[in-house]
Amino acid sequence: MAEMQNTGLEAEAGVARLEALSHFYGARVALQDINLKVPAGCMVGLIGPDGVGKSTLLGLVAGARKLQQGKLQVLGGDMASSRFRKEVSPRIAYMPQGLGGNLYHTLTVDENIGFFADLFGLTGKARTEQVDRLLDATGLLDFRDRPAGKLSGGMKQKLGLCCALIHNPELLILDEPTTGVDPLSRQRFWDLIDTIRRQQPSMSVLVATAYMEEAERYDWLVAMDAGSILATGSPAELKQKTGTETLDDAFIALLPEDRQEFVSGGGEVTSSTKGDASWDDAPAIEAHNLTLRFGDFTAVKNVSFTIPKGEIFGFLGSNGCGKTTTMKMLTGLLTPSEGEVSLFGSPLDARDLATRQRVGYMSQSFSLYSELTVRQNLKLHARLFHLPAEAIEARVSELTEQFGLAEVMEQFAGDLPLGVRQRLSLAVAVVHSPEVLILDEPTSGVDPGARNRFWALLLKLSREDGVTIFISTHFMNEGERCDRISLMHAGEVLACDTPAALVRDAEADSLEAAFMKTLEAVDKEPQSRGDGKVISADNSSAKRDSAFSPRRLLAYARRESRELLRDPIRMAFAFIGSALLMMILGYGITLDVEDLSFAVLDQDQSPESQDYITAVSGSRYFVEQPPISTMVELEQRMVSGELSLALSFPPGFGKDLKSGRPTEIAVWIDGAMPFRGETILGYIQGLHLSYFEDLILRTYGTAPTLSLVSIKTRYRYNQEFRSLDAMVPAVIPILLIFIPAILMALGIVREKELGSITNLYVTPVTRLEFLLGKQLPYIGFSMVSYASLVLLAIFLFDVPIKGSLLTLTVSALLFVTVTTGLGQVISAFASTQIAALAATAIITILPTVQFSGLTEPVSALEGFTAIIGEFWPATWFLEISRGVFTKGLTFGDLQHAFLILAAFIPVLTFLSVVLLRKQGR
Amino acid sequence: MESLETIWNLGVKELRSVWHDKVLLIFVLLAFTLIVYTAGSAGSMELHNAPVAVVDEDQTVLSGRVINSLQQPWFLKPDLVSLSQIDEMLDQGTHTFALVIPEGFERDVRSGKVSSLQLDIDATRMTQAFIGASYIEQIITTEVAEYLETGSSASTLQVELITRVSFNPNLEGTWFGGVMELITEITLISIILTGAALIREREHGTVEHLMVMPVRPFEIMAAKVWANGLVVMLAATLSITLVIQEFLGVPVRGSVLLFLTGALIHLFSTTAIGILIGTVARTMPQFGLLLILTILPLQLLSGGITPRESMPELVQNIMLVAPTTHFVSMAQAILYRGAGLDVVWPQMLALAAIGTVVFSASLALFRRHLAV
Repeated sequence: MAEMQNTGLEAEAGVARLEALSHFYGARVALQDINLKVPAGCMVGLIGPDGVGKSTLLGLVAGARKLQQGKLQVLGGDMASSRFRKEVSPRIAYMPQGLGGNLYHTLTVDENIGFFADLFGLTGKARTEQVDRLLDATGLLDFRDRPAGKLSGGMKQKLGLCCALIHNPELLILDEPTTGVDPLSRQRFWDLIDTIRRQQPSMSVLVATAYMEEAERYDWLVAMDAGSILATGSPAELKQKTGTETLDDAFIALLPEDRQEFVSGGGEVTSSTKGDASWDDAPAIEAHNLTLRFGDFTAVKNVSFTIPKGEIFGFLGSNGCGKTTTMKMLTGLLTPSEGEVSLFGSPLDARDLATRQRVGYMSQSFSLYSELTVRQNLKLHARLFHLPAEAIEARVSELTEQFGLAEVMEQFAGDLPLGVRQRLSLAVAVVHSPEVLILDEPTSGVDPGARNRFWALLLKLSREDGVTIFISTHFMNEGERCDRISLMHAGEVLACDTPAALVRDAEADSLEAAFMKTLEAVDKEPQSRGDGKVISADNSSAKRDSAFSPRRLLAYARRESRELLRDPIRMAFAFIGSALLMMILGYGITLDVEDLSFAVLDQDQSPESQDYITAVSGSRYFVEQPPISTMVELEQRMVSGELSLALSFPPGFGKDLKSGRPTEIAVWIDGAMPFRGETILGYIQGLHLSYFEDLILRTYGTAPTLSLVSIKTRYRYNQEFRSLDAMVPAVIPILLIFIPAILMALGIVREKELGSITNLYVTPVTRLEFLLGKQLPYIGFSMVSYASLVLLAIFLFDVPIKGSLLTLTVSALLFVTVTTGLGQVISAFASTQIAALAATAIITILPTVQFSGLTEPVSALEGFTAIIGEFWPATWFLEISRGVFTKGLTFGDLQHAFLILAAFIPVLTFLSVVLLRKQGR
Repeated sequence: MESLETIWNLGVKELRSVWHDKVLLIFVLLAFTLIVYTAGSAGSMELHNAPVAVVDEDQTVLSGRVINSLQQPWFLKPDLVSLSQIDEMLDQGTHTFALVIPEGFERDVRSGKVSSLQLDIDATRMTQAFIGASYIEQIITTEVAEYLETGSSASTLQVELITRVSFNPNLEGTWFGGVMELITEITLISIILTGAALIREREHGTVEHLMVMPVRPFEIMAAKVWANGLVVMLAATLSITLVIQEFLGVPVRGSVLLFLTGALIHLFSTTAIGILIGTVARTMPQFGLLLILTILPLQLLSGGITPRESMPELVQNIMLVAPTTHFVSMAQAILYRGAGLDVVWPQMLALAAIGTVVFSASLALFRRHLAV
């Protein structure tokens, strides 16, 4: 229905319509009063420097971010309505920023695609065909069984695209899809998009990019700066409007004047030739036959080079060819299997701090402190490199200026857009003015203006300060600026020379062409085996939404189980750990108080007092220590905790006793631990009574009638009063609450931290399906753990189950559902794994250990703690566990505990659903 | 000198990270305030509100007096039930004790015959069962003796046993629970903060970044130890002065300063344990599991929950290498018994020794880990 109404409107409304749209992150404005109509059926590009709101806009259109202000219509409906979003989500595909941001890295290519197919309800033959066609077209067919995390950057992006295209969307949203991808893969990626668009002309594509050369291919552009739109139109229109030749210049011309200089980066930097002064010095970097093997995989094979001082040495090559690995060997982060590295003429010693002071390194992935502000990050690194305190301020402002960070100084590094982060990383890498700079794709994701500024800086460093620079890049125009470049592929250096010589040798007209030619010679694009069609025109096989889909739920469950099963260490820890804990706790916690130390201050030293002492030390509860001689000593030994009990006989005790005069024995009990004090008090009173009964019997031959009432006590369920019988059934609930709750809480927060939570935001999966789907594997996992605990209890601890095993198992199933549900609720608050871990530990340990009846019954609690006890699931499972193990109870006897346990489940699930957000901010 | 500067700077960074994670901060604060308060106000394992069921087949003045003598705070008001209900009540766990007063109880007592009452106890409730049984026996004996001869004392023995409970005369659980919970939180939070901070650095690649700077593994570790230790120290100080002394009203006999000094030495080992776990674990879920594996024995077997004497010899000996064992015994000595440095120095020495060993072991492992 909705579709039919919409098709007519779409033509004039375009694929998306934004009215007075604004978006804020805290006090910061990301988008300011945007009005835009995005035309349908074409390729629309968002262009502009880093951090101008491109990603925010795409996120909003995709429904991944929550609309804050203004109106947004996508595919003819209002994105503020959650009902419409749910309806429209199968028609939109969204690929977030970053390499493989929405993929699952331990899952294989096939499993990743399968997961998305399940989410969109694809089944049967249509599904198999669709998957095969996509894999075939993207050349991933041969890598079906490879985990996504082990794919190269370009392949990850292609897989991301496959996952996005699986449901044949009407609107494809790509956020900087080729950032960090090598030129060859990049070209193949865009060819693929072109093919798809030819076959599917009605599909609209919305792309954000910082690369103007890519934007030339698009139909329609939106130029953005500082959260606002500068201009819209086709590339030709924009160029015409500004009277410029290239899109780059057109964009600059569109900017307000005060921004032009900054964004352009001061125009193209041309490489001046290197000075030749330094050849006589020892080379800055020397590598001989570097080889590195991981297991039987050779990442780098026999790489050698010599880089003189002051040279800019470029490292070019496809993704995953060993560039990063080589660089890490140069910094000492990796130790080569063979070969050696010399820096400044002496062999590299990874431990030598003085060398590190001379080298600056920037890793490929962002590795600064995201929870510190830009200023704090800069200052911290300046201090760590021991810059003089008075120079730090000046250095920081100098870098701020050079890298254009002034506006973001007080922002947290984690909140910065990709390109700005890279600039910060660079600034940090040069903070200590190193003599050698090792930069791993420093400009990946950085806008052209910033790259220009950066290169100007590099040239200045190299030419004026004689800094040696070792840089890897995917940009050919950057490669051209290097003094020499090395082309790498599959761990080997293919060629190494000046850019001009390389172009000449390859008989090409540009470095890009030379690069492609050299690489294509060794890296053939896989030939398509199918009919070349990427996606089927018919998407009727996709079942359109129902309110609750077991298939989507199972998709999440299957995926989570796979991730769990691929982490054998986690599994082993969980199983061995719970068995180990059960042994420790089962044997360790006993409430039988025995072997208490006592000593005597005997001021009488008579046979009578000695006889009494013998009786006390003869009992199994007390162990005698050396006698006490003074009251002061008694005091001291009690204070130190050495004695739990002290007895004192007054002078004349024996005489008084014999002559029938009343006398007394004084007793001091250590009350520091109330429970133990209480027990000692009970013991000593009992001993006293029975000693004198016995004494009278021995003296007079008749037992005295001390009381007319005798109490016959019967200890039920546990005649021998074995602690083990009471503790073992109690340890099972303890372990079944901590481990499942923690694993579950981390399972969800992890998705938040790693970014795959986006799939919840933009696919038709509902919160309930997501939560239950993720919960199922942990329930299964906990039940296996339960089984092993029960077996241990029966066979190792010899604590038999007197009641029904079925009752116990059913209640355990209810219980682990509750405890994993508890983990879900906690994960809803926490956004970091540390917080989730701390929260779960803090919340669960106290009530379980103290208020659930482990050592004392819940009925003995008072006030607030009694309420906690009553509303804590462990209380009820503990009752069932003890009831079944020791009392032989069955379901009928424990009905109320079952009902209460079961009641927790819907409450917790409801809470999690309410607390979990279906959209990001 | 440079090394100290690095340690200082990295530590300040650590503090900023903790400060940045507001959810974490709130939970740390909760742990040291609300949770400690809750544990303290719960009362501990002494006999308290034990539920008793009574079958009164005698229905006389004496049986009434016996029933009434079972009073709060030790026992809940006894529920009168019929004989046939006893099994069900014990099975369901609603009552720990069931007392049966037979017909003719008063008559027998009056005529000087020994009458016997039956007391059924749910032995799965270990502490309450044991302590409660001896209480009931004593109370009833006293009651019967007083009934026979009003004003007579309970003891008909020639030798009177004068008992004095030192340090906590009324054996109040509040005094105990709060402090023991504080110890647990000190241990738990310091391990989580340090270990998880290390895992986060590893997951975010920042450790690698540190290793290309003039920073030694020792400095990274020392910074984490002092910064996270400081956070816990601040929270612990707040907790003992405000929550335990002020709100819970626990009279602390010894020096709070001495206790905090001990806590500081204790933190040295627990933060090092955090680093150790953080080095062994690859991911946060693994860290979580290892944490549970470590913290439960540390807490439950330290002597803070159940008395050490009653643990098997082997467990007692193994637990001597756990810092919590010494910390618990030191805290009890200082806070309850008013012990001074002259008494607790062996524990402090043990804590320092354990800390040094654990720290060195973690450092060695951490170094090896970074060298890869």
